[in-house]
Amino acid sequence: MLTRSTRVRYKLMQFTMALALAGLAAASSASELRFCLRIDPKTFNPLLVEDDSSEAIRYLTGGVLIRLNRYTQELEGELATQWKVSENGRRIDFELRPGVRFSDGTPFTCEDVIYTMRLLMDPKMHSAVGDSFRSAPGPVESKCAGASAVTVRFPAPVAALALQFDQVAMLSAHSAAKEAAVLGPFELGEYKPGVYVLLRRNPNYWKRDASGRALPYLDSIRLDIQQNRELELLRFRRGELDIVNKLDPELYDRLSSEMPHAVVDAGPSLDWETVFFNQVENAPLPEYKRRWFRSDDFRRAISEGIRRDDLVRIVYRGHARAAVGPVSAANRFWLNPALQPASGSESAVLALLEHAGFHRSGSTLVDRDGNRVEFSMITNAGNKLHERTLALIQQDLARFGIQLNVVTLDFPSLVERISRTFNYEAVLMAFTNLDLDPSAQMNIWLSSAANHQWNPNQKTPATPWEAEIDKLMVAQAGSQDRTKRKTYFDRVQQIVADKVPMLFLVNPNALSAVSPNVKNVAPAALRPQIYWNADRLQIGGSLVSER
Amino acid sequence: MSFKQKVALAILGIAVAASLGAGLLAQSPYSEQFRDAISAPPSAHFWLGTDELGRDRFSRLLYGTRVSLLLAPAAALLATLIAALIGGAAGYLGGRWERFVTAGVDLFLSLPWLFLLLAVRALLPLNTSPVTSVIITFLLLGCLGWAAPARMIRAGTRMLVNSDFLVQASASGVSRWRLFWRHLLPNLRPILLAQFWISIPLFILSEANLGLLGLGVSEPLPSWGAMLRDLENYSAVLQNPWILAPAILLVAVVGCLQLLLRTEDSVAC
Repeated sequence: MLTRSTRVRYKLMQFTMALALAGLAAASSASELRFCLRIDPKTFNPLLVEDDSSEAIRYLTGGVLIRLNRYTQELEGELATQWKVSENGRRIDFELRPGVRFSDGTPFTCEDVIYTMRLLMDPKMHSAVGDSFRSAPGPVESKCAGASAVTVRFPAPVAALALQFDQVAMLSAHSAAKEAAVLGPFELGEYKPGVYVLLRRNPNYWKRDASGRALPYLDSIRLDIQQNRELELLRFRRGELDIVNKLDPELYDRLSSEMPHAVVDAGPSLDWETVFFNQVENAPLPEYKRRWFRSDDFRRAISEGIRRDDLVRIVYRGHARAAVGPVSAANRFWLNPALQPASGSESAVLALLEHAGFHRSGSTLVDRDGNRVEFSMITNAGNKLHERTLALIQQDLARFGIQLNVVTLDFPSLVERISRTFNYEAVLMAFTNLDLDPSAQMNIWLSSAANHQWNPNQKTPATPWEAEIDKLMVAQAGSQDRTKRKTYFDRVQQIVADKVPMLFLVNPNALSAVSPNVKNVAPAALRPQIYWNADRLQIGGSLVSER
Repeated sequence: MSFKQKVALAILGIAVAASLGAGLLAQSPYSEQFRDAISAPPSAHFWLGTDELGRDRFSRLLYGTRVSLLLAPAAALLATLIAALIGGAAGYLGGRWERFVTAGVDLFLSLPWLFLLLAVRALLPLNTSPVTSVIITFLLLGCLGWAAPARMIRAGTRMLVNSDFLVQASASGVSRWRLFWRHLLPNLRPILLAQFWISIPLFILSEANLGLLGLGVSEPLPSWGAMLRDLENYSAVLQNPWILAPAILLVAVVGCLQLLLRTEDSVAC
């Protein structure tokens, strides 16, 4: 027989257990997607985004007028139902979606578009996104053309104008919440620096699925700040994370052997692994080396001598594609199909070297003045893929008597050498390419550009072929005719293949891992590969309520 | 010398002899890539299998041992000499000079070594051969590793300078020069030797740490540090335990050096 005090204690215990179970049930019914950011986001202002973490948050929270569908690679209307580019890329007219509200309930109107464009193009903002619209000096005119129509007019034609709006998250002109009022599927819930960013479902998100259910399906997204890839992988294995958005080939293979259903290889990405030689006029190089690096035949010979298939097979474990030029196979429209990959044939390399005045002297290659062919190639320290790539290239070139000295430097020293002191001979670098459109590569191909890596900031083009590339790039950027633009850029790709200012080695595949719990995943080669359709992702097993 | 120390000396001797005879023992050059046999298991041709670029692990281990075992003592000798010069002078002269050196040593020890190494390495000429680059790396380690031994040597010298026999010798009219050479230096020898022995494993591990960061010995020259990078992939360790060979050798060599060090310690005491 239970005493009164025992009965009270028993009831209390039952009550506590019931509460705990209720809590557990509530926790399990909330659908939360979890993945990692490498570093803290530098800003939550979508117009000031420059780093990957801030970019991820802008993508998940920001509402844009036009969105590039990462899967189909086509533009789709989001906040704009229709748009029209006119005046040769100088003007764009939007028809806005009616009834859209910011996350705080403020209505979305044409005034918000005008406000956003004004802030974006304000030089004091120093917005990198704004810079991509800045084709010429002069004001940008934005005006409401009716209740739900906006016209934006630029002082000069803007290349791929509509596509550029994929990065412009709309801000509210009237909301007291400022940039915290968003139009994307999620809004910022909580941020603990160095620990996590929590994004909550935007209750006013405008999109619905085919059955009329309000999107997004997820209640929240938790982005843990985690720099250590090993820990990230460990947490993924334990089920504490749902996505690992970017994996290197080694981690991919390791995970693949343990969780074959979780890994995703979405094929070649837009990124490049590339080598270029220093061709800067006043670089601190011996004259004979400057002559080598400026010789088209020498660069072509080096390019031909690198066995790209071995790089793909050994360094990237098959998770890459041998590159033929500046456009990846993932970029279906802009790739020039006429380009052929480097043959790697020994006779072709020897013929090119001979034509450039090089010959064998014993086991070493020498130039016509008897200088032994030896040069250094720098890359960033700690990057295993780069170190292995260089080790393979070293042996590839040794076949022809070329001595390659591999130098690994910390990244700031490397950047200092290639962009300020120009005290280097050759460099192996990875280029991250976010955009399909060739206009995004203007800063590399224009001879006057700071990122024209092999010989930047030229006052006048140093070579006739660079002058031709300049003309073609300007022409393609100024044209709205896609077919014409393609013709121009195909020619650029052909010149680059012939003159080899950059040696394109491989396009690494877009590798990621997704928990089988996550539904509606459609991996794409373009970033963000896995969560590009975040508003439609679901966590399996959790009940998605009708909203 | 105890039995254990004899064994330790024998192991070290074998390691040094094997590394010096690498050309005879290794079946393939350390840099040759067998691209059709990447990450191969041990076989008659590749005793420790091949690495991820198809290079003979056994050959790389032998040459890597040569690099680490020959250059680490050289760096330790350099560091000990600098430390003896600076620390010994400070302890012997005392006064302002001692205070200045003590402050300098404290400042030097508070510097972040890694960043200092990164900065110095970034300033080096790019076209240095792998052999020159490895010598420079150890030279740098030697030049940067003097501060901690200097502190010990300064303290030891100070203690000796204040000891009764030196005070008595000084009072008997022995010249400062003779005092230094005949009485101080022979008594400092155990401390110097101890610092030298301690520095060797320290520099081996420092090079290994630099190797882990990709800043150690440059390709294609092998070193223990560079080879230890393979252990980052722990699942590969479980599947291919033979890749632990450089780690086992490193532990064995450092352990042997520690065992031998005890002899020197006991002498010092």
